[in-house]
Amino acid sequence: MFNRFLARSTSQILQKRLISSSIKSSKPFAGTATLPTGGTLESTWPSDFRQTRPKTWEEGSESALDKATKFFLLAEMFRGMYICLEMYFRAPYTIYYPYEKGPMSPRFRGEHALRRYPSGEERCIACKLCEAICPAQAITIEAEERADGSRRTYKYDIDMTKCIYCGYCQESCPVDAIVETPNTEYTTQTREELLYNKEKLLENGDKWEQEIQYCLDADAPYR
Amino acid sequence: MLSFARRSVLKRSTVATTSRFLSGGQSTKYAFINPPESVDNSLGTYQSINKTTITEDFNTINSDSEDLKKHQNTKIRHFTVNFGPQHPAAHGVLRLILELQGEEIVRSDPHVGLLHRGTEKLIESKTYMQALPYFDRMDYCSMMTNELSFALATEKLLNVDVPLRAKYIRTLMGEITRVLNHCMSILSHAMDVGALTPFLWGFEEREKLMEFYERVSGARMHAAYVRPGGVSQDLPEGLLDDIYMWATQFGDRLDETEELLTTNRIWKQRLVDVGVLTAEDALNYGCTGVMLRGSGIPYDIRKSQPYDAYDLVDFDVPVGLNGDSYDRYLCRMAEFRQSLRIIEQCINQMPAGPVKVEDWKVSPPPRDLMKEDMEALIHHFLLFTKGYAVPQGDTYTAIEAPKGELGVYLVSDGSERPYRCHIRGPGFAHLSAFDHIARGNYLADCVAIIGTMDLVFGEVDR
Repeated sequence: MFNRFLARSTSQILQKRLISSSIKSSKPFAGTATLPTGGTLESTWPSDFRQTRPKTWEEGSESALDKATKFFLLAEMFRGMYICLEMYFRAPYTIYYPYEKGPMSPRFRGEHALRRYPSGEERCIACKLCEAICPAQAITIEAEERADGSRRTYKYDIDMTKCIYCGYCQESCPVDAIVETPNTEYTTQTREELLYNKEKLLENGDKWEQEIQYCLDADAPYR
Repeated sequence: MLSFARRSVLKRSTVATTSRFLSGGQSTKYAFINPPESVDNSLGTYQSINKTTITEDFNTINSDSEDLKKHQNTKIRHFTVNFGPQHPAAHGVLRLILELQGEEIVRSDPHVGLLHRGTEKLIESKTYMQALPYFDRMDYCSMMTNELSFALATEKLLNVDVPLRAKYIRTLMGEITRVLNHCMSILSHAMDVGALTPFLWGFEEREKLMEFYERVSGARMHAAYVRPGGVSQDLPEGLLDDIYMWATQFGDRLDETEELLTTNRIWKQRLVDVGVLTAEDALNYGCTGVMLRGSGIPYDIRKSQPYDAYDLVDFDVPVGLNGDSYDRYLCRMAEFRQSLRIIEQCINQMPAGPVKVEDWKVSPPPRDLMKEDMEALIHHFLLFTKGYAVPQGDTYTAIEAPKGELGVYLVSDGSERPYRCHIRGPGFAHLSAFDHIARGNYLADCVAIIGTMDLVFGEVDR
């Protein structure tokens, strides 16, 4: 059953290590008794999944003396403090941001860019799909026929202050011209700098072309 | 003014008048005279119906004869406190006008609308596809469940059935969202009442979960992932393994948090018997989710009207007994563990197959096909410009969002844009019960009650 669903290699390792013991005990839960709250007892965690929580001083059948001792010696307080102490010796989860950066998936939707073909010709054909789909109406396109007869934009503006980064523009683009790069570090001093025009977008595309191509290739099987 | 309020606490027993409006509630301790017609208040004006005043006989305070004449029968208003909208514990932009009798809250008046963005109206001018990202921004602590409610409503009107894999992915991501939301709600609640430490641990877990969000959709918060007809993209390879690895360790993180909070006497002092809501009142005020289950009513839409794959996975619905903040905290903690159960089952049962309806009238065709096939390209263009027309009709589709019942009432006139989209946010109903719940509690508990209600103002104000 598990082999069929988890066909990945790491999961097979996991399966051997973590799930194998639970397969023996797991039964199909049709026809089993249900709890008043609607669940059944059959699909509880595998026994070695993790340790159960120790009984608290209220749950245990302790004597009054035990309870009083725990109460006056601040037992649960020191338990909490011990957890905090334990945390102190663990590796920190934080990173030194400008120097260290977190992982990012190929699907990340950041700053926009307009791409070019390897020949240097810009990809955008001014079909205006992105303009049409943009929920925030952040994109403005105007197009005309170029001297060589091809249809190109002469104005491609994105108002980055309006943009909601939904990724619909790159989804809609039939020629992969407008894409969202993984770049997130484009803060500006003034608001006007965030009103991107075609030059800025093409410049972004030239600057981020390698990353964009990597992301597109990595994500191609899913799109 | 403050001193008057304090004195009135001291002299509470000497106040001898009749109470008409508030005596039925929890606050029978104080007595009120008949309310005046209107009272000027720099923070707002109130009608007389709930207005309460207290007279105080100054004889008992100052026996000086001139003072006696001057202050005889002086009417003193309750001390009025403006809480928020800049208060750090207001969870955003809540503004509360609290009337205090000493430190006890006699009446509270939530002012909402500071984060109103007109989502419902905005959606009327968007196609169904364009409307979707606006749902992310509603309850910005549980993004994918908001999308889900809209997607389910649209699918119901379209009468399409989602592939099984998409159902499982939605269930999986929905439970991740629940964990994400409860991490925020419980631990910011803890921070509000003074326990900063678990909040930071919770954010570590939230970071990991938002990484899953980002891997699956490309955005850490505003995913736009759950679409009408399925989900936008398949899960990337290896993501299920990583979610499984995360789920194996998250139980320990919960244990650590519980070790710090559950039995802690300070935490219990702040939560037990604070913000009590009886089962009857919870029903009458339209509370849903943990606010209802904490009061002992086992109502969960995932069980009563299962959507997606919730009828295919096994889980329990935790229910509280006393209806106080502590029980609601315990419910949320239990829901964490139930979510982990569902996540584990979803990972193990995840079927193969398509992740969205293979009907190009509703969901866009794959990109490689779009670039080769003329028909696919036409469908692609139609979908992204005109959108799909939804048959005439209306639906109320509700899901169990982490905060409670999130319903979308969608009316379609047969065009590509919704005629009307009403969003029933759980937080709004909870906040409207705030006056009832907070009455008789102390000012310091106000923060604990806001925390236990799990208010997020993107969703309250919409």
